[in-house]
Amino acid sequence: MAADAPAVSAQAGFVEAQAERVGEGEPAGPDAARRAASAAVHTVDLTRRFGPLVADDHVSLDVGAGEIFGLIGPNGAGKTTMIKMLATLLPPTAGRAWVAGFDIVAQPHRVRRRIGYLPQMISTDGTLTGYENLLLSAQLYNIPRRERAQRIHDALVRAKIEDAAGRQVGHYSGGMVRSLEIAQATLHRPAVLFADEPTVGLDPVAYLAVWAHLLDLRDQGMTILVTTHNMEEADEHCDRVAVMHTGRVAVVGSPAELKAQVGAAATLNDVFIHFTGAVLEQGGEFREILRTRRVARRLS
Amino acid sequence: MKSFAPAASPAVFPEPPAAFAFVEDVLAVAAAEIRKLRHDPMELLSRAVQPTLWLVVFGEVMAHLRGVPTGRLSYLDFMAPGILAQSVLFIAIFYGIATIWERDLGILQKLLVSPASRVALVLGKALSAGVRALSQAVIVYLLALIMRLHVDLRPINVIGVLVVIIMGSALFSMFSVVMACLVRTRERFMGIGQILTMPLFFASNAIYPIALMPAWLRTASAINPLTYQVDALRALMVIGGSSAFGLGTDFAVLLFGIALFVGLAARLYPRMGI
Repeated sequence: MAADAPAVSAQAGFVEAQAERVGEGEPAGPDAARRAASAAVHTVDLTRRFGPLVADDHVSLDVGAGEIFGLIGPNGAGKTTMIKMLATLLPPTAGRAWVAGFDIVAQPHRVRRRIGYLPQMISTDGTLTGYENLLLSAQLYNIPRRERAQRIHDALVRAKIEDAAGRQVGHYSGGMVRSLEIAQATLHRPAVLFADEPTVGLDPVAYLAVWAHLLDLRDQGMTILVTTHNMEEADEHCDRVAVMHTGRVAVVGSPAELKAQVGAAATLNDVFIHFTGAVLEQGGEFREILRTRRVARRLS
Repeated sequence: MKSFAPAASPAVFPEPPAAFAFVEDVLAVAAAEIRKLRHDPMELLSRAVQPTLWLVVFGEVMAHLRGVPTGRLSYLDFMAPGILAQSVLFIAIFYGIATIWERDLGILQKLLVSPASRVALVLGKALSAGVRALSQAVIVYLLALIMRLHVDLRPINVIGVLVVIIMGSALFSMFSVVMACLVRTRERFMGIGQILTMPLFFASNAIYPIALMPAWLRTASAINPLTYQVDALRALMVIGGSSAFGLGTDFAVLLFGIALFVGLAARLYPRMGI
């Protein structure tokens, strides 16, 4: 298959790019340097303040290549801020982070070529057709013209929306919109996909379709960093999770490990309560709740 | 599903030369905007109303007064380029609301996480605003022909008019994006837009000559880019029209304004993604 060739050779290029970073040794100590280069996401004391509010407070994380890694916690825990920093949308106040081996502050352009981002809000343009949305992404990521049509076709098939490709996205169902968004965010085959609450507001069928899509991408080597306040969702799909509360990481581990630490028959809800000392409730800022509801309304 | 190319492998394309990528990104953004317009052509029709009112109602009445010294041109010939510039301005000055809208929807964030340069993103928007404004030229030319105004239809002049319109619209739409990035909410932006349009319009040579203005207004009109846009249009669009500042000056001012506001917009635009 011809389409295999560039992907395979590019993978080699990706590994080389990581090796470059090791030589520079920018993080303190050779061990840290190795981690920064080999992890899909590596953060050291990543911090973001908004005035007096500390949204993320010295967050240090490693996300391994090929993992589905969940940032879990209630609204206002700092999950979205974290993803926005890693996706180069929001400059950190302090600390450092590397995505796919590149520094998010010093090398944002290189990071952007290697990531996909699925915002919590709906990022497709409802006034364009599904095909036109994908075409825009293909062009912005400078996917070579000779590959463009095939890529877009494959993405439409993968998202199971090829029949609706010529229709304006405003007429899509919520599940179709999310599928299209994932297709758009991964058209350039990123190393890391950031998905911020990807299933908020979806009906059960669309929920399953979105996860089937994400798992398929993971099976093909993509690292996925996902946020959710839904503990069952994290338990079911994430290889590892970081439990976040008020901007700090309380604990990191696989759902099974964490539950075992808390006790027999414990759920991730219990894990959250155990490690944060807080009761998990639908709290969070007014604006966040408003946004979540708005997304839910538009998707339904 | 497994028969696909490994979609998720970390494929980084050999990056195209920067200049090539830049042009591709500008055109991609502009083309997407223009496709939206194709899906909703009603928008264009509704925009025909305002210039029609100004020319047919205001223009006809003022022409009968014969109170405005417009030199060799009739008053209607004099004001037609002014109304064209004004209708382009009124649309462009509210362009920024789309930026706020796209921020609220998450579309803007999607553009910002792409590797496209921020200048390319805003320049694409500016170009699309310019192309959108061409519909106003069609409307005003048609009106002018129906009203038997002395329109210069030599191809070089028509092309010149279209270029000036694209430039003027790009300039004011980027000014609008800068405003949107500063005020950040739709409500505040609508207020600012209302405040800006009329002063820009009145402090220009669109519907009366600068010679009639008091000194302070003359100063204001001299730093108003709309004045230079109207001046260029007047020289190119109507038979017997001439430029007060010279076409070279007009184009230079418009180019400088575009560079200034595209530069500012590119600096402020990423802050909308926060």
